Amino acid sequence: MIIDILSWVFLTAGGVFIFIGGLGALRMPNLYTRMHAASLTDTIAAVLIIGGIMLQAGLTLATIKLAAILLFLLLTSPTASNALASAAILSGVQPEEGKVERRERQG
Amino acid sequence: MIILFGVFLLTLLVITALAIVRSESLFAAVILTGIFSLLMAANFFLLDAADVALTEAAIGAGVSTVLFLGALALTGERERGGSTNRLLALGIVTVTTLIVIYATFDKPRLGDPDAPVQQHVGSWYLEKTPELIDIPNAVTAVLGSFRGYDTLGEVFVVFTAGIGVLFLLSARTPGRPEDFVAADEPDQGLRHYLVPRVVGRMLIPFIFLFGLYVQFHGDYGPGGGFQAGAIIAASVILYALLEGEARALRALPMRVLKWLVAGGALLYGAVGVASMLLGSNFLDYSVLASDPIAGQHIGIILIELGVGITVTGVLLCVFHAFAARGKV
Repeated sequence: MIIDILSWVFLTAGGVFIFIGGLGALRMPNLYTRMHAASLTDTIAAVLIIGGIMLQAGLTLATIKLAAILLFLLLTSPTASNALASAAILSGVQPEEGKVERRERQG
Repeated sequence: MIILFGVFLLTLLVITALAIVRSESLFAAVILTGIFSLLMAANFFLLDAADVALTEAAIGAGVSTVLFLGALALTGERERGGSTNRLLALGIVTVTTLIVIYATFDKPRLGDPDAPVQQHVGSWYLEKTPELIDIPNAVTAVLGSFRGYDTLGEVFVVFTAGIGVLFLLSARTPGRPEDFVAADEPDQGLRHYLVPRVVGRMLIPFIFLFGLYVQFHGDYGPGGGFQAGAIIAASVILYALLEGEARALRALPMRVLKWLVAGGALLYGAVGVASMLLGSNFLDYSVLASDPIAGQHIGIILIELGVGITVTGVLLCVFHAFAARGKV
């Protein structure tokens, strides 16, 4: 019972983080902030959702497979973000610090 | 509930397809194609076709995206504005859509037990698999044994496609040695980028191992030669992307790859001939061991191995053909 509640809390929280990540990826002003928002779905949301499913699965082979999936996700998605960011820098997309400062001065 | 998921996935598929058609940047179109394949894989999985889903994810989303990108590197990244007749295109699309929609009226409902597909040999295969072949994954039993001829044909199609691509793309400048290796060129692959390289190096052995697991676990779970071939090819392609194509060619030279392409198909055919020599029909594995069921197991493992070897070889040959083309 407690495990059920805990897993649903995990799953719901994961869903909320995915929603926030998606919202951020749509609404943030430039590439780097968007990536920052989208990385939420890769990291905390993935951990929470797979954790929730693991609680549902109990101590079975499925849990070990899920743990392996989680490990691979935690290894690959930061790498993908890193590759994306360095590709963006290489192709000349600079972080728009200047824009942000200007806006703050106006406000 | 499953209908809801299905409708959701199919809607996303339609949106992705429209985005592919609309996007003028071919690079974006290629990435969207990858997303399309991934959605399609999820869709297959929803329909309980785990084997097909695995193939679609490995080939559609993985390898073919890389091949498309390789092709893009040889051409432009923008779509060329064609002088197409829009009205004609619109008319053809409308008529085709109407025909397809009309055809769906005759389609049986999803999972209808009275559908023709369930009335035909399918149920017989499901009934007889435990008795005649005795492996848990009925898909592998159908693919490897009951419909062994069809799968042999598929392997030959893959083989022929590989040869065709090699003929088209691997025309080399005369005088250039076949296994031209310049692994010490500094700007090969992604060697400057430490993070992808380190993580990639960590992952490649596991991807390879997973490929072997899918290959030899095909009797018991989703998987088999086609999926395993794609996964193993993906691990080698990842190595080539990270360390440079020349190094991948040094590890697996073109000579070896060509042997793989032909050897897999030959192995498949040889199993058939062996069963003929042992006094049964072509590709009837029951005679390969004293016990018919054990014979079936041996036969299926061997032909799946042949499939895997050919698929790996063909995918890597095609990849190298694209990559080598860029350098000339």
